[in-house]
Amino acid sequence: MDLVDFARGPALKAAFIIFILGIVWRIVNVLLLRHKRILSEPRRSVGAALLAGLKGTGSRSWPHPEFIKRTVTGEALGYSYHIGLFIVILLFAPHIIFFGSFIGARWPALPNSVVTIFAVITLTLFVAVLARRLGHPVLRRLSNFDDFFSWFVVALLLVSGLMATAHVGAPYHTILGLHILSFDLLLIWYPFGKLMHAFYIFPTRAVDGYVMTRKGAPS
Amino acid sequence: MNTSPVQFHASLAPEEANLGERERVAGAMRGFAREIGALSALRLEACVHCGMCADACHFYIATEDPQYTPVLKVEPFKQVFKREASAFAPMFRWFGLKAKITGKELERWQHLLYDSCNLCGRCSLMCPMGIDIAELIEQARRGMFEAGLAPKELYEKAAHQRRTGQPEPSEEPYRDKLLAIGRQFNVDIPLDKPKAQILLTVPRTDIEHYPAAVAALVRVMAHLKADCTFRSDGLIAENYGYYAGSRDWQREISRRLIDQAVACEAKVLIVPECGHAYTALRWEAAELIGKPLPFKVLHITEYLAEALEAGRLRLRPAQVGATAFHDPCQLVRKGGITAAPRQLMRAMGIEPRETVRHIGYNICCGGGGGVFDIERAAPLRHRVVEEKFHDIDQTGAQTFLTSCSDCRRTFDDGKQRFNWELTPGSLLELVAEQLQGG
Repeated sequence: MDLVDFARGPALKAAFIIFILGIVWRIVNVLLLRHKRILSEPRRSVGAALLAGLKGTGSRSWPHPEFIKRTVTGEALGYSYHIGLFIVILLFAPHIIFFGSFIGARWPALPNSVVTIFAVITLTLFVAVLARRLGHPVLRRLSNFDDFFSWFVVALLLVSGLMATAHVGAPYHTILGLHILSFDLLLIWYPFGKLMHAFYIFPTRAVDGYVMTRKGAPS
Repeated sequence: MNTSPVQFHASLAPEEANLGERERVAGAMRGFAREIGALSALRLEACVHCGMCADACHFYIATEDPQYTPVLKVEPFKQVFKREASAFAPMFRWFGLKAKITGKELERWQHLLYDSCNLCGRCSLMCPMGIDIAELIEQARRGMFEAGLAPKELYEKAAHQRRTGQPEPSEEPYRDKLLAIGRQFNVDIPLDKPKAQILLTVPRTDIEHYPAAVAALVRVMAHLKADCTFRSDGLIAENYGYYAGSRDWQREISRRLIDQAVACEAKVLIVPECGHAYTALRWEAAELIGKPLPFKVLHITEYLAEALEAGRLRLRPAQVGATAFHDPCQLVRKGGITAAPRQLMRAMGIEPRETVRHIGYNICCGGGGGVFDIERAAPLRHRVVEEKFHDIDQTGAQTFLTSCSDCRRTFDDGKQRFNWELTPGSLLELVAEQLQGG
């Protein structure tokens, strides 16, 4: 068994099991905690509040004009690298073959050269994100191990992917093995750190929208 | 996380100062544990440390000091949650990813959780994840209270209010002061009626500083021929248990009013011009006593706007010139009362000039949530109120109104500090002056 076989064989299986069990446990752990009963008389109906909660899952994505002047850099960086990551992960032909083999589906890919450009831009944005985290007084003050390690895990995936595409640094097969291993690392780390926000973002927004709309307050 | 110390020493009541390190930490753990539930866990887990909440907080905006980042204020609560109750709590302990909380660390957070937060919820509106950070801060205060770390001023007022019904000793009881205000302004104070449809409450701030607002309340209710009463045993609207962070004292203080409303079979309890009193009674009291309240809780502006809509209240045009209105955070941002004050102003021919940051997104007076009472917080609070004055000045208003006496007091204090031209006024007082046929 060579490095690639190991990375996409037993290592991937183990990482995937950790990924699934970890995510499930982290969500179940929250659900198992005590649930607060809301007993105050609502200002708006339950239906209106539920609808607003649902709407909030999307509407929170758009920064409110009231705040945008102060948050434009963070918003722009955040949006840009997330879009870049989605393009690189989901629209690169080898990735479609890889993911498609698990779910039995295929979808159109972007040309490799285009995805490579996106990957370079995304990596550049990622470096900017790190520089901002280190340089911005608020972000520096807030940052902990999770912030930096999560950044490292995703950045490693981008770097190794670009190296594999460009055939630099080591024989292609070795770099490909390392790239898949870095994906395994991402899967393993995912449930433990802030990458889990992908699973929390919509419930949190929905709950806030529900609770605040029930009061008739803005959300 | 960088936990460099905040340059303040803890302000403690004697009862709190006597606690040792072990008791303090045990209290905090107990307090935080009571607050950990599915909702708080979801909120604590969801934060991605984007730091955008800082850009919503007037304490950060006014100072650009990163220690005032709202979600940072929650750190002790988060630390305990991660170490003790999160999905991978053992990992956080084994690898030292979240250190064990210490008394000294908690002491350093007193300034952040009490002096630099009005519990206004602006950060919650901003959070891209939808985390109600203000509620987390309120919950973190509860852990601090159990640790014996509520600021002296709030602890002592809460303790006094719990024992006596009023937050501080006075030469004559507030009941007598209330009657004296009636004599001073020539209004009949409805007091201790055995039965009434409406229970009235009064802010201690009005009794002490704005007696005309108390008279205005009575005058308006009399004009509407409302069957109402104050009750000596449940008079004061503010809840210092809420400010201090004591769930139990907050419940007891709320229960005093609830019991009086039940005793006189009131269908409505009216919260006067006081924002945090509204939150404590309207949104939190039922949950604290564990059952729905058997009466409605209305802010006075809501009650008057309903009377306006029903045609029971008619107002004369007010000749007050260009007018700006400050929405108290607890009424608009956390309470959903946006239309009522504007309906009242329009009924008096006033089209309010909105501030740049307006309605639900306006910045606070800086004094709410107990901050006004904390002596050492004054310099910080002044920086916030200066920011607010700037917003008001930009409107070009000649008249400035609000519907919370604590906001008004904070503005009055700021007016003296900065020789501000405008005089903060009460919307209720203006309504009382403009009663048609009154």
